[in-house]
Amino acid sequence: MERSSNEMQANAKLTREQHLDLYYFMQLNRQLEERMVRLFRQNKIVGGLYASLGQEAVSIGTAYALEPRDWLAPMIRNIGALLVKGFKPRDIFTQHMARYTAPTQGKDGTSHFGDLKVRHVVSPISMLGDLIPVMTGVAMAGRYLGQKIVAMTWIGDGGSSTGAFHEGLNFAATQRAPFVLVLENNQWAYSTPVAQQAPLKNFADRALAYGIASHIVDGNDVMAVYAAAKSAVEQCRAGRGPVLLEAKTMRMRGHAQHDPAEYVPQAMFDYWKTQDPIARYEAYLTEHKLWDAAKKSEIDARIERELDVDQKFAEESPMPPPELAEQGVYCDGCHTVEADWRRPKQELLPPASSVEPVWKVTDFGAFVPSAPAAIAAAGRAEKPGAKPAPTPLAEPEAAPELTEEQPLRVPFGRGPKDRAFERERLEKQEKHRKPFVKHRRDKRGKH
Amino acid sequence: MAEITMLEAIRAALFEEMERDPAVVALGEDIGVYGGAFKVTEGLLAKFGRERVIDTPISETAIVGAACGMSYLGLRPVVEMQFMDFIACCFNQVTNFVAKSHYRWGAPVPMVVRGPSGGGVHGGPFHSASPEMHFVHTPGLKVVYPSTAYDAKGLLKSAIRDNNPVLFFEHKFLYRRIKQEVPAEDFTVPIGKAAVRRPGRDLTIVSYGAMVHTSLEAAAALAAEGIEAEVIDLRSLLPLDREAILGSVRKTNKLLVVHEDTRTGGIAGEIAAIVCESAFEHLDGPIARVTGLDTPVPYAPPLEQRFLPNVEKVAAAARELAKY
Repeated sequence: MERSSNEMQANAKLTREQHLDLYYFMQLNRQLEERMVRLFRQNKIVGGLYASLGQEAVSIGTAYALEPRDWLAPMIRNIGALLVKGFKPRDIFTQHMARYTAPTQGKDGTSHFGDLKVRHVVSPISMLGDLIPVMTGVAMAGRYLGQKIVAMTWIGDGGSSTGAFHEGLNFAATQRAPFVLVLENNQWAYSTPVAQQAPLKNFADRALAYGIASHIVDGNDVMAVYAAAKSAVEQCRAGRGPVLLEAKTMRMRGHAQHDPAEYVPQAMFDYWKTQDPIARYEAYLTEHKLWDAAKKSEIDARIERELDVDQKFAEESPMPPPELAEQGVYCDGCHTVEADWRRPKQELLPPASSVEPVWKVTDFGAFVPSAPAAIAAAGRAEKPGAKPAPTPLAEPEAAPELTEEQPLRVPFGRGPKDRAFERERLEKQEKHRKPFVKHRRDKRGKH
Repeated sequence: MAEITMLEAIRAALFEEMERDPAVVALGEDIGVYGGAFKVTEGLLAKFGRERVIDTPISETAIVGAACGMSYLGLRPVVEMQFMDFIACCFNQVTNFVAKSHYRWGAPVPMVVRGPSGGGVHGGPFHSASPEMHFVHTPGLKVVYPSTAYDAKGLLKSAIRDNNPVLFFEHKFLYRRIKQEVPAEDFTVPIGKAAVRRPGRDLTIVSYGAMVHTSLEAAAALAAEGIEAEVIDLRSLLPLDREAILGSVRKTNKLLVVHEDTRTGGIAGEIAAIVCESAFEHLDGPIARVTGLDTPVPYAPPLEQRFLPNVEKVAAAARELAKY
């Protein structure tokens, strides 16, 4: 497993403008949410309000590592990623206020919206983990169409306990899909602490079980997050398969606005307050002389201006007409479904697409004492008072080693009607019959 | 025109659609090298390659989820459930992610989930179910259930070309038991249109899937007794061809619904409600139904026979109804 390192940070070169972009998006994310808290208290948010206070660096740093052609799907606390992808504060305001001008026209709320054509954003659903297989499919389709894209989504420490997380990440791994999964470990899943989800110090360790790469990063350090995400995206684009990126951070509010989060120890909030991602990044920008007080004021004023305009737009927007409830269940020609082909279609049609339908079996899967097993045994033995590791049983005969070039080929279709298989079976029988018979004769001769 | 089985007709539709449009891809468990548990996809991998015919891990949620993601980029994935019973494993993906996508945020999901369904082959409680009504109750999905080889080919082509998610139920009892002359050239059967399989004047039998054949056999027996039953094959359960049902009931004035699915919450109840709402004055008798029992599908042949509707049960119900 790789961990975020200085080397990675050095590779993530950003211009001054890009450094200021990161600040702009983080501060926009925070100020937008602060305004929505006020709107919630005024009863102008018709449903729930889920804040990402303290987690802005994760949404912004990861999404900023993507290119416009890449795809992402936000979770409930990733409106920052939507802002990076080009959605405007008015989209977020109107979604929460259920206005007709919202991206979903009031049919769904919060960050539950997307854009297939321009911004390449898939709308999330409330059931956690389901985005992981969906974004795996996005990554696979992008590769299939020759688009060289990367797909990214987020999951929490809590959401990583779902079956969909396992199925999706495992499928992405077997497909070596260009897919980055950001595991946003914010310590709390609603009221449940992370230790109740899994007895793991690092959730990134799970990557080992899927045979994929992983990184762990300080989720409140936007530069570190960006560098790790950039490296993960590059690894995916190079065709080296999915990456699990764990960002350690803290949810600084309750699950949603109604939840005062009294179950969180005050000392924990106090600690993480000292790790505030925006305060840390402001210090970073000052330390590296990337801005001055005037520049900060300029950006902050721009944010206030934009939020003023968009909030006003949302508050003046109408609610949807009731009859909209009955519309749009089905696509009746209102949308065209068209793939953006970046490779010749002929490659995917016969005869070019035709293959020999066989499995390549490269080893027999027999038990081989491996280094990790030996280490585990040693670890047990080292514990004081622990029983010594049991002596391994006699080693089984080593299975023959097969190479990629000369794999064992399993014939296609083992159904009763498959003549080829039957023929091969008979041929094999024929081959083995003679020496067997000879052997028996030899035995008989000795007696 | 060659006479082919329903299974071969489904396979032909897959081959033709994949040849016609490289956006069509297939995903499922054991569908590639092995050719599918029922050999529906046999030969597909050899012709179209590993990028288009994807052998997946045993992960129904991942398969349907990935297919949904693929469809967002303009592909038209066809997912095989090894048995339709296993669609329960990805219920959330189908009903929450896929079905609501277009309504919520205008993202069409042009995908097909197809697979063998239904009983009569001693599959037991987990390989015989008729889970179609879970999905008929889910706005945003289309649910198709052919009963002939011709319809299977034409409806599967329509399903693949549809911009909405279509669940395509294949009755496994019919796979190799029915044969029909099916054109080798391209044709489609529209989703949402029922077919009159046998005209009649005395009562209407509405059915779908394997029970269409049971109903037709019963109708033939009834004809010998002078009762002329009209048999309607729904072909699609969602959208439902209300006009075909109502038109027939207005003519015969009596309705019997036959389905293999369990009784409570089966489509017979919905059809009865539609007829009561829109053709009540035309009814000369109570709406009758012959259905599977409200139990899981049992394994032992005598138990399974007890569960399933059959010609005798349908004919008996029709005789009772004809007395009105």
